[in-house]
Amino acid sequence: MIRIFKIALRNLMRYKRRTLLTSLLITLGLLMVILFSGLAGSFKEMMIGQITDSNLAQMQIHKRGYVSSIDTSPLNLTINQKSCKKIEKILGENPDIEAYAPRIKFSAMLSNFKETTNIRLNAIDPEKEIKVCPNVSDRMKFGSGKVPDILLKPGEIIIPEKLAAGLKIEIGGSVVLVANNKDGSVNGLNFRVAGIIESILGPQGKEGYMHIKDARSLLRMEKSEVIEIALRIKKFDKLDDVYTDLKSVLAKFKNKKGKPVFEIHTWKKLSPFSNIAKMIDIMTVSMKIIMIAIVLISILNVMMMSVYERVREIGTMSAMGTSPGRIMGLFLAEGLSLGLISTLVGNVIGIAGIYSLNIYKISYTFGRMDNLLLSPTISFSELAWVSATVLLVSVFATLQPAYKASRMEPVDALGHV
Amino acid sequence: MALVQIDNVSKIYQTGDVQVKALQDVTISIDEASFVTFVGPSGSGKTTMLNLIGCLDKPTKGKVFVGKKQVDAFNRRQLAAFRGSFLGFIFQAFNLFPVLTAYENVEYPLVMIKNKSISKRKEMVLKVLESVGMLNQKDKFPDQLSGGQKQRVAVARALVTQPKLVLADEPTANLDKKSAVNVIRLMRAMRDELKTTFIFSTHDPGVMEEAEVIHTLEDGKLV
Ligand SMILES: Nc1ncnc2c1ncn2[C@@H]1O[C@H](COP(=O)(O)OP(=O)(O)OP(=O)(O)O)[C@@H](O)[C@H]1O
Ligand SMILES: [Mg+2]
Repeated sequence: MIRIFKIALRNLMRYKRRTLLTSLLITLGLLMVILFSGLAGSFKEMMIGQITDSNLAQMQIHKRGYVSSIDTSPLNLTINQKSCKKIEKILGENPDIEAYAPRIKFSAMLSNFKETTNIRLNAIDPEKEIKVCPNVSDRMKFGSGKVPDILLKPGEIIIPEKLAAGLKIEIGGSVVLVANNKDGSVNGLNFRVAGIIESILGPQGKEGYMHIKDARSLLRMEKSEVIEIALRIKKFDKLDDVYTDLKSVLAKFKNKKGKPVFEIHTWKKLSPFSNIAKMIDIMTVSMKIIMIAIVLISILNVMMMSVYERVREIGTMSAMGTSPGRIMGLFLAEGLSLGLISTLVGNVIGIAGIYSLNIYKISYTFGRMDNLLLSPTISFSELAWVSATVLLVSVFATLQPAYKASRMEPVDALGHV
Repeated sequence: MALVQIDNVSKIYQTGDVQVKALQDVTISIDEASFVTFVGPSGSGKTTMLNLIGCLDKPTKGKVFVGKKQVDAFNRRQLAAFRGSFLGFIFQAFNLFPVLTAYENVEYPLVMIKNKSISKRKEMVLKVLESVGMLNQKDKFPDQLSGGQKQRVAVARALVTQPKLVLADEPTANLDKKSAVNVIRLMRAMRDELKTTFIFSTHDPGVMEEAEVIHTLEDGKLV
């Protein structure tokens, strides 16, 4: 076995330039996949992290029909106290769920006593919210310069930076919120501006924050009534499983017409970034397909040439009584070695590349978020998978030429010049 | 029965409409430990004859026995196994493996065909390299050797598996006169030492002088 690989390696060294060029090509293909998956993968993960940990949360439960009319922030689609209790019981008993938080979403008029504008608000229970969106305060600026122990007290409001700039509102200033409740009657309340929040990509990315108790009194809602329940699970990669699980449990709640009462969505349905994430996945797969094509074609080409150039050698081996299996093995070893060398070199350069990208961090801007730092990573399993693919394809590409070599008739092969 | 027995053998090549009778109703027997030469003009059927005896090709008609086995009835795999265990080959163009040293070339059949242990291999290879006088060149690659030296290595490679029969189609055609005679003398010396049967072809008169049994072929017939 060792001998077969020794002969294979020496045969590869016979045509140094050709071997070098081929393995360079394969190395490049591999590098392309490693670097792209590393960069794009970490970009994707980072963006998803931003979206799920600071704004949307991983999943949301609403009254059925809410998400399709989300743009008007309807106030009649609420989850009442009784339903809320039932849902909380289900969530509390589910071992996969880390935390959940109630939210009320609505539109109101924001006034600085001179000018008035429209604002969308996310009314939260700060203690619960922080467990569901641990990075919620990342985009917020406060008067003291640091995040207060209690994110938001009743009577306080955090407003989006664009509105603050437009209405020349400063932290510490006072504003009035005027809102219609679901019956149409108008109510107004005074608030102190506790902070300013940067925007984030997506429909829920330009909301102000206030305390859920204030929202209930402004909108004259009953106690514990909510619009949305945001969820965080323990293991993010189990998202789809937990989602299907919860969906089927929630589907058991039906109204008098037999239709389900609640709906549940993951961030994928709620954020437009999921389409970008999907694109990234498609591009990663395309890269892999291109890599496979490169490996397949270049190794097939080299091995076909090898067999053709060595017809007389093959004839000699065969005449001497080398079994067809051994001859095939010799060429397979050659193709595999070529793949192996390229894989090793590709892995070394790829890991070094990702490592150095982590030292010289790349900062980039996405939408209104800037100074995002990209730290590309690639998992060991991903590297192993890509490397195994290259090796497998190398062997596969060698099969036909190797088989051809093993089937040669010694008389014909020896007569070949 | 003799070591090689050819019974009424014909070999006909068919290329398109043209039929070439390379061998016609040849009957011949070759004894163990003999030193046999096939001679004849170009196209007389020497190579065809050696290919049939060497189990590289099958006759169109007739029977071929080598070592009491009817080899014309063997399939591809059986033929390969039989060649590996019973026969040795020396080629006109030496056909050494260019990526292997002289030593490794001789070792090749022991590794790839015979699966011998390392210590046993070393002993066998060194011994045969010594008897062909190539021990001091054992670490050179074929392209560092002269034609005569290459053919000595090839003789060693053919003999290392201790075959009953060695076949050589024009083993001296690529050599100068002096090396040619030396290679033939080496082959004969090995026959004397190991009792290996040698069958080779040539059309070099200088080489024929070294022969013991000469068979002449003409238009595919023995004369
Ligand atoms: N594969 C083949 N296809 C068709 N005809 C062939 C083939 N091999 C040999 N022949 C023909 O068979 C006849 C005998 O050929 P062979 O090679 O045995 O002659 P030879 O005595 O070895 O000649 P040389 O001295 O030139 O090597 C020739 O007429 C040759 O043209
Ligand atoms: Mg010939």
